[in-house]
Amino acid sequence: MIRLDRLTKAFGSVTAVDGVTMDVPSGAVCVLLGPSGCGKTTTMKMINRLITPTSGKIFIDGRDTSTLDAVTLRRSIGYVIQQIGLFPNKTIEDNICVVPDLLGWDRKKSRKRAAELLELVNLDPSVFLRRYPKELSGGQQQRVGVVRALAADPPVLLMDEPFGAIDPINREVIQDEFMKLQAELKKTVVFVSHDIDEAVKMASHIAIFRDGKLIQFDKPDHILANPIDNFVADFVGGDRTLKRLRLVKVADAMQVAPVSVVAGDSLETAVARMEANNHTTIVMVGPRGRARGFLHLNDIRGKGGVVGDHVETLPGLINVNDDLRNAVSAMFSHGVTWLACVDDEGFYKGYVTQRGISQLLGASYRE
Amino acid sequence: MTTSSSPASSYTSIVSSLALVALGAWAASSGLLGTILSYREDILYLAGQHLMLVAYSSALALAIGLPLGIALTRKPLRYHADAITQVINLGTTIPTLAVLALAMSFLGIGAPSAIFGLTVLTLLPIVLNTIAGLSMVPRYLVEAATGMGMTDRQILFRVELPNALFVILAGVRTAIAINVGTAPLAFLVGGGGLGELIFTGIDLMDTSMLLAGAIPTAMLAIVADFAIGQCQYWLIPRGVNPLR
Amino acid sequence: MGTFQFIGENLPLIWTRTLEHIWLVGISIVIAICTGVPIGILITRSRALADRVLYVAAAVMTIPSIALFGLLIPVLSKIGQGIGFLPAVIALVIYAQLPIIRNTYTAIMNVDPSLREAAVGMGMTFLQRLRHVELPIALPVIINGVRNAVVLNIAVAAIATYIGAGGLGTFISRGISQTDPRQLLTGAIAVSVLAIVADFSLLALRRYLTSPGLRTNP
Repeated sequence: MIRLDRLTKAFGSVTAVDGVTMDVPSGAVCVLLGPSGCGKTTTMKMINRLITPTSGKIFIDGRDTSTLDAVTLRRSIGYVIQQIGLFPNKTIEDNICVVPDLLGWDRKKSRKRAAELLELVNLDPSVFLRRYPKELSGGQQQRVGVVRALAADPPVLLMDEPFGAIDPINREVIQDEFMKLQAELKKTVVFVSHDIDEAVKMASHIAIFRDGKLIQFDKPDHILANPIDNFVADFVGGDRTLKRLRLVKVADAMQVAPVSVVAGDSLETAVARMEANNHTTIVMVGPRGRARGFLHLNDIRGKGGVVGDHVETLPGLINVNDDLRNAVSAMFSHGVTWLACVDDEGFYKGYVTQRGISQLLGASYRE
Repeated sequence: MTTSSSPASSYTSIVSSLALVALGAWAASSGLLGTILSYREDILYLAGQHLMLVAYSSALALAIGLPLGIALTRKPLRYHADAITQVINLGTTIPTLAVLALAMSFLGIGAPSAIFGLTVLTLLPIVLNTIAGLSMVPRYLVEAATGMGMTDRQILFRVELPNALFVILAGVRTAIAINVGTAPLAFLVGGGGLGELIFTGIDLMDTSMLLAGAIPTAMLAIVADFAIGQCQYWLIPRGVNPLR
Repeated sequence: MGTFQFIGENLPLIWTRTLEHIWLVGISIVIAICTGVPIGILITRSRALADRVLYVAAAVMTIPSIALFGLLIPVLSKIGQGIGFLPAVIALVIYAQLPIIRNTYTAIMNVDPSLREAAVGMGMTFLQRLRHVELPIALPVIINGVRNAVVLNIAVAAIATYIGAGGLGTFISRGISQTDPRQLLTGAIAVSVLAIVADFSLLALRRYLTSPGLRTNP
C-alpha cells in the first residue's frame, strides 16, 4: 500500500533520514518508533510532502507520489497532529468538514457524515456539532481531530504522536476507541510515537529508527522477542518479555478442551479424572458448561459423596479474549498458579498456568 | 503600545526617514535651501522654545505619571485596575487638538495652557503603561519575594519595577512621541515653538518658511524617538530586556 | 452657558462639519486598509522585510502631523493640490499604515503554528489558509489596528483644517483666531465625541465579526 524506496532527506550537512526502505501493507497500523531526532517524524512528513525528500521515492497504491500535486496528495491523506490543530474559528462540524469542503463535496452529505463519524467516537452529534473547539476537553478535541482526518474517507492516515498530549487515563480510552474504529475502517495508518507501550498496543508493524536509519521493521512480537541489536533491545526495555504478555491472547496460550465434572458426579469419578490427566485440581461446570467451581485432589481423596457438596468457589476467571498480562496479573493478585478461562457467555473453555505461559514466552526465544 | 527595535534597525529607520525628509526638501527645489537657511535665527530661537515646552511638559508628566501609575496598582486601587485603565483609555481617545483647545478655553492663551495640554497628553500613556507593566509582573515573583521576607517597598523597587521597566519605558517612548508630535500645535494656543513657522508659512503660502519649521520639527521627533529607543536598549538590564 | 446655546443654534453646521470629518477619515481608512492589510500579510513571508517595513512605518509616524502636512504642501503644489482635501487624505493614509500593518503582521504571526501545519497537512493552498484559518483568527487584532488608526486619524483630521480640509477642526481654529471659547469648546467636544463613538462602534464591530469560537467571554 505504502512503499518507501531508499527515502533520504538531508538538511544541509545533516542527514535526517538515510535510505529508508519499507513496505506498509494495506490495513496495517505501522508505528514509527525511536528517540527524538531519529528521523521518524521527518519520514512521516515526507509521505504527505510537508517535507520534500532529497532522494528516493514514495509509492501509495503503486503510484509515485512525486508525480502528484502536493495539495491534491494531502487531501487524499488523513493527517492528525499532537497539537490537534482544530481551527478555533470554526464549529466542530465545520472543522470535520474542512477537507470535504476543500474537495467541493455536497455540503449536506458531508455534514451527515460528520455526524456519523462523531457517533463512532462516542460523541453525541446533537451536542457537539455546533460547539467550538474551546468548549471541548482535550480528549474530546483529539477525538474530533481523528474524525476530521477521516472525514473525506482517505485510504491512508498519518498520525504524529496523536495521543501524546493527553493524560494517561484518557489516552488508554482513546487508544482503545481508535483500535475499534480501525478494526472497522481498516485504513493504512502510519503512526509516529516515542512510546514503546503505545506501539506494542496499537501496531501491527513497528519500524524502529535511529539516527535517520531504519534499524528494524517487523511485527511487534518479533521485535520484542528478537531485537536485532542492543540498541533495539535497550529501546524496547528490559521488561520486553512482560510487554509481550500484552500481545498474546489467553485463547492462544490456554490448554483447550479440558476435562471437567458436574455437580452430580461422585468424588471417585473426579479423583479418577484428575489422576488420569495428571492434574491436582478439576473444574466443576454447570449443566450447560459454565464454570461453577473447582475441587482439589488432596481435599477429596478417599472421601465419599458427590462433587456438588465439596466444591469450592473459583478464585478467579479470565476471559479468553483478554491478553496474558491480565491473566498473569490475576494470578498474582489471587495467589494462584492457574486460571480457568471462559468465553463471553461464561462457558468453560480451558485453563492457563504460570508454567505454560513461561514455556510459551521461552519457546520463541529459542527459535 | 510597545514598540521594539534593535539599534541596527533603528539606524535603517533613521536613514530612511532622513532620506524622506531630504526628498521633501529636494522636491521643493534646491534653491529653497538658501531661503530656508535665512530663517536660521528664527529656527534657533523657536527650537529653543519648542524644546522648553517639550522638556517641561515631559518632566511634569513623568513626575506625575510614574508615581500615579504605581499608586493605582497598590492595594486598595489594584482591584479596580481594569476600570481605571478603561477610563484612561477613553482619555487617550480624545484628539490632541481638542485637549489643547480645552486647556486654552480654561487657562486662556499662552504658554501655561500649552504646557498643561501637553502634560495631560503625555501623562496618559505613561500611567497606562506603568499600570500594564506592573500588573504583568508574574504573581509568583511577588509571592517568592514576600516569602523571602521583603517589605512591600523592597518588593516594589527590587522586584516589580525592574521587571516592569521595559513596558514602562515603552510607554514613555510612546508618550514622548505624542508630546513631540503635538508640540508644534502649541503655537496655536500661544505657546510658541517651531509651529509658528509652519502655521505662518501655510497662511502666507510661503513654502520656505513652512519647511523651515517642518523639517526641524520632523528631525526633532525622529531624534527624540531614537534617543529613547537607545535608552530602552541600554538602560534595561539584559535579563528583563526582550531587545537584547 | 453660551456654549450650549451656540451648539443649539448651530446644529446643522456641526452636522455638516461632522460629515466632512467622517468623509475625510473614512476614505483615508478605506484606502489604508486596502494597502495596509495586504502589506501586513506580505511581510509575514520574510522576517527581514517585516523588520524594515515596520521600522520605516514607525519612523514616519513619529513625524508630527502638521510637519508632514508642511512637507507635503510643496510636493503637491506641483500638481496644484498643495492644500485642501488631497494632502489631508494622503497624510491620513500614511499615518494609518503603521497600526494596520503592524497589527495584521503580528496577528498572523501569532496564529498557532500547529494550526498552520494542520491546514497545510490537510491540503490547503496559501490563499485557502488565509481565508479559512489565518484571517478569521487574526481579525480581532486587525480590527484593533483599524481602531487605533481611526482614532489617530480623527485627531489628525482635526489639525487638517489648517491646510483647508474642513471638518470639525474648523470650530477649533475659528475659536482660537476669534478667541471665542464657545466655538473652541464646541469643536473640542464634538471631535472628542466623534473619536469615542468611532472607537466604541469599531469595538462592537469587532465583537460582531469575531467567530464565537474565538471570543474570550461568550
